[in-house]
Amino acid sequence: MTIEIAIILFPIIVAALIPIFYRRLSKNVIGWVVFFIPLSLFILLTTFIPRISSGEIFSHTYEWIPSLNINFTTYIDGLSLIFSLLITGIGALVVFYSIFYLSKKESLHHFYCYLLLFMGAMLGVVFSDNLMVLYAFWELTSVSSFLLIAFWHHRKASRAGARKSMTITVSGGIAMLVGFLMLYAMSGTMSIREIIANVSVVSEHFLFIPALILVLLGAFTKSAQFPFHIWLPDAMEAPTPVSAYLHSATMVKAGIYLVARFTPVFGGEIIWFWAICGVGLLTLFWGSFNAVRQTDLKAILAFSTVSQLGLIMSLLGIGSVALYFGYTKESIVYTQATFAAIFHLINHSTFKGALFMMVGIVDHEVGTRDIRRLGGLMSFMPVTFSIALIGAFSMAGLPPFNGFLSKEMFFTAALKVSALDIFSLDSLGIVIPIVAWVASIFTFIYCLIIVIRTFTGKVKPDIQEKGLHEAPIGMLLSPIILVSLVILIFFFPNIIGNYLLKPAMMSVYPTFLSVEELTPKIYAWHGFNAELMMTLGVVLFGLVLYKLMKYWIRVYKWIPQKLTLNSMYEGLITKSENLSGKITNGYMNGNLTNYFVYIYVCFVVIVAGYFVTSDAFMWNPIGGSKVDHFELILIFVVMFSAIALIFVRSRITTVLINGVLGYSVAFFFVTFRAPDLALTQLVVESVTTALFLICFKFLPEINKEKSTRMWKFSKGALSILVGSTVTIVGLAVVNYDKFSAISTYFEDAYNLAGGKNIVNTILGDFRAFDTMLEVVVLFIAGLGIYALIKLKAREGEDK
Amino acid sequence: MKNSNDVILRTVVKGVVLIILTLGVYLFFSGHNAPGGGFIGGLVLGSAIVLLYITYDIETIQKKMPFDFKKVAALGVLLTTGTAMGSLYFDVPFLSQTDGYFHIPFLGEKHLTTVTIFEAGVALTVIGTLVTIILSISEDD
Repeated sequence: MTIEIAIILFPIIVAALIPIFYRRLSKNVIGWVVFFIPLSLFILLTTFIPRISSGEIFSHTYEWIPSLNINFTTYIDGLSLIFSLLITGIGALVVFYSIFYLSKKESLHHFYCYLLLFMGAMLGVVFSDNLMVLYAFWELTSVSSFLLIAFWHHRKASRAGARKSMTITVSGGIAMLVGFLMLYAMSGTMSIREIIANVSVVSEHFLFIPALILVLLGAFTKSAQFPFHIWLPDAMEAPTPVSAYLHSATMVKAGIYLVARFTPVFGGEIIWFWAICGVGLLTLFWGSFNAVRQTDLKAILAFSTVSQLGLIMSLLGIGSVALYFGYTKESIVYTQATFAAIFHLINHSTFKGALFMMVGIVDHEVGTRDIRRLGGLMSFMPVTFSIALIGAFSMAGLPPFNGFLSKEMFFTAALKVSALDIFSLDSLGIVIPIVAWVASIFTFIYCLIIVIRTFTGKVKPDIQEKGLHEAPIGMLLSPIILVSLVILIFFFPNIIGNYLLKPAMMSVYPTFLSVEELTPKIYAWHGFNAELMMTLGVVLFGLVLYKLMKYWIRVYKWIPQKLTLNSMYEGLITKSENLSGKITNGYMNGNLTNYFVYIYVCFVVIVAGYFVTSDAFMWNPIGGSKVDHFELILIFVVMFSAIALIFVRSRITTVLINGVLGYSVAFFFVTFRAPDLALTQLVVESVTTALFLICFKFLPEINKEKSTRMWKFSKGALSILVGSTVTIVGLAVVNYDKFSAISTYFEDAYNLAGGKNIVNTILGDFRAFDTMLEVVVLFIAGLGIYALIKLKAREGEDK
Repeated sequence: MKNSNDVILRTVVKGVVLIILTLGVYLFFSGHNAPGGGFIGGLVLGSAIVLLYITYDIETIQKKMPFDFKKVAALGVLLTTGTAMGSLYFDVPFLSQTDGYFHIPFLGEKHLTTVTIFEAGVALTVIGTLVTIILSISEDD
């Protein structure tokens, strides 16, 4: 067990232990126990920083299913280290915050169990090198996110939000799985590193573009890119610590991680560039544009997260241009977009985490998050106000906060790429900086809304009555740490640049030799250049538009309700539910006869069809075998009872004749010297008959069936077909030679399995796997019957 | 299954159940080298118990045999999967079985196999499931 696997498994194992031990833990302790896990992992991961930044890479392969190329390969390089530090670092702060945020009356063991499960899954995503393992962890994050969104599952909105996020992210995940399988088909390996090493083989293949699109679908759904972003605002029904952790700092960045990870494979392709850059910019604009009209603080933050994710995404798209040119002096410029992307990713986690925690504090202390009811909290909650101010201004891209640095770099990248003449950028390129600039104005406006509407102005009288006061220090500590990082990163950005971003850049551009050039020095002051002018413009226009908001807010009403993405999604879900309901109810109509018809039609089509097409109906009707008198009598008994069954009107006679049929078959086994089968058949027949007699009083009278002549005729024909198929197959198998016989395996049974009874050595040894599963199935079936009967009885009591 | 006048049935069953149970145990142990085995042994034992339930009322039998047959079945599944897993512990493939000859005082040289544990699991599952199904149906009045 290496340390990397231990890091992934530690939270998952603790998550599994919580349900067992939570009764022994006091509700006050459980949070602290859980807090210890991300904290220790974070400290452990920081010890990797010096070695990773010097270019070392940690990799370990644990063979899991080598025959399918699925190995548990963990891989820590610069990129995964940044993500893992965010996951554990923000995780520790969020758990600490949640200790004070969540009431002791909540089912805390569920909460922390899901949270740790998520943490382990997310670490698995960023550390896995194997595509299948990565996919498994990827879906596990969706599942744990589903559980966390539905944490207050008594609320309808929580359940709906959870379902929506699950539907969208898992469908994207499945698309991604298909993309991964295509990558596997192209490269012959499941290892991402090996695929990157063999890029030339992959990029020539005709599946390259489909794989690219499918992988991107996975990334876009997870990272809430337009038009899949609609799940993220609904996911805000989750408790605020979850929103701060999953839906702003970590899980939604998994898509970013995927794009960055696969940039060496797909980067340089025109579709990759326009898909990421275009969708990213659209998301950036649409998110910020919609954030402005929200009235719920958490909804504003949700849309702002969508928009910021779009920003990072579009930066990664711009950065991929460098791979088109290959490693040259000129192309280094474009790598800085990727540098800015990863830098902004870290910055976003710090300020957005702080802002979410701030909203949680406001909600917790005041009891509402609606900006129409809030106001004037500045004098009551000065610390919370400072947190909001720093977080929001960093998001708006103002100095002296870290958001300013990455926003400036974003503008630089947008301007640089618009001047290019490839990928039809010479005509369309100018759109990029314009969209970036307009979206930044809206970003600035909603940042103002967050701060001004919540903390300035007059306190509403109904809130005043509650007696406002500052939150306890425990809740304030986590956001304070985050906002101090926001300021620290502004003043010392190159520490992050050298120790974290440099190795990450090496992971994104493995073919670029000069590492030093890939990591530019970050400066806050570049002189009076275009970027600074753009920022000044953002502030000016933002302030003007904010003041004039009541005049242009009507713009949002122009989009008819019918055409919104949400109502389209709802329509799609309702329609597909109705359609599948109709189809299922169409054939599952509760009539047992119909079910038999389905089964037998399939049987005839598959079995008889196979025998006809493979030309296997060959047999020798005489074959030298002799039929005894005793056997003739048995045949007569079986035939007579089978025909009699059809005409019998009384249920009890049917049961008894059925028994006769079964016992006669047992006699056949005896005459053919199969004592095991005969014994089994006898006992099974006895038990079945007893069961029938017990059930007897519950069964309805046999009514004469009312059906058309045609239907009766086809059922009769089907019965004859089934019977003749069985008969002919039984006769034909004696001469069947398409497959080699399996009986040779069992000839040596005594030496191999130590048993003289060949039937039992097959059951208990050669085919023990089947037996084991049959036992499990039998048990499940028994429990199913028990549950059905007992549940029905209980319902009856209620009535 | 009410208390009715079925003296003959009750008297016969007392003897017959003993025979069936013996047959069941015999079939179970003879399985490896002669007809029999876990499934058929379990079925026979299970049907003996069902016969008891049919003849006497459920409360009487429950008093004498205070088992929860759902748990019996669960124990069986646990034994079956447990022996399967157990082979992993000895670093051999999943579901490997082994056997050997042992000298046991008073009984002499005996052939013991791990398949017997596996088969015991099968038998317990069959007994437990069979009785659970029949009991729950007949209790459902």
